[in-house]
Amino acid sequence: MIETAIKFGVVVFPGSNCDHDAYYVCKHILHQEAEFLWHKDADLKDVDVVILPGGFSYGDYLRCGAIARFSPVMKEVMRFAEEGGLVLGICNGFQVLLEAGMLPGVLLRNRSLQFVCKHVLVRVENAETRFTNQCSEGQVLEIPIAHGEGNYFTDSDTLLSLERNKQIVFRYCDHSGKLEDAANPNGSLANIAGIINEQGNVLGMMPHPERASDPVLRHTDGRKVFVSIIDSFVSHTVGQSLISTHSGGR
Amino acid sequence: MYLSKIRVTLRKSILDPQGKAVERAIASLGIGAITDVRMGKYIELRVDGPTEAHARESTEKICKQLLANPVMEDYHFELEKI
Repeated sequence: MIETAIKFGVVVFPGSNCDHDAYYVCKHILHQEAEFLWHKDADLKDVDVVILPGGFSYGDYLRCGAIARFSPVMKEVMRFAEEGGLVLGICNGFQVLLEAGMLPGVLLRNRSLQFVCKHVLVRVENAETRFTNQCSEGQVLEIPIAHGEGNYFTDSDTLLSLERNKQIVFRYCDHSGKLEDAANPNGSLANIAGIINEQGNVLGMMPHPERASDPVLRHTDGRKVFVSIIDSFVSHTVGQSLISTHSGGR
Repeated sequence: MYLSKIRVTLRKSILDPQGKAVERAIASLGIGAITDVRMGKYIELRVDGPTEAHARESTEKICKQLLANPVMEDYHFELEKI
């Protein structure tokens, strides 16, 4: 572990409701620094990592995440990401990343039309990202989901390039790690639960790692995502041009 | 002044589970021979501008950048002089 704390920034949109959970995990479970970033402020407070939390930003009006992308804070988040800063979008945060064009594809209504809130299993498809370096490839994690629009869709060309570039990071699977349709809670294309951008610094995922990080809640698989992020700053301080170009990097 | 009447619909290639659910409900009403139910959004807005071309351009821009997500949706609109 490292001695200097990483500074997490949790964006707060009107309607965000997992912001405090994310803050709590970063600050009180992992003992890092954490700040809330208000949607109207074009100021990222010099954070190292931005988290777009779950919830119903702007009431999910129009389409989930569609309005949030126009908020002042998002312009800064986009700039931050372009400069290589780490951005983690969870659930509604994933929807915002897609609407903002920071990741490819869309999240449609769940196949069942129902809001699905339960623990699911996801297989780690790429353990070499800055969000999954504490996992091993093929490892099955148990992390809860809670969404009505998590049915990932994209065109076949984009899917092919996601596969080729190892940008699919998590897929819904069964206990043995098989990608069965029955293990797919929302109808997502190719059982996709989370993807990363080509540069490897923006991850969006439907499961909530912050809801599986506190030992009190018994499940702690989600912690791996946060610990990976923290750990990546140690291995990235040397020889990683991406992070050293942004002023908040350490 | 122009009134833009905008329809946003899911693209043909996208499965519309909501439309399917409504289709099943129609069947349970006992009305037969109803297929291909598709749900969409209807939006109206007023454009205060000098010409129809201007109103068209503004509406296009709004549809493209906000009202429709081109990955999954198409849009159509009509303009009415008011």
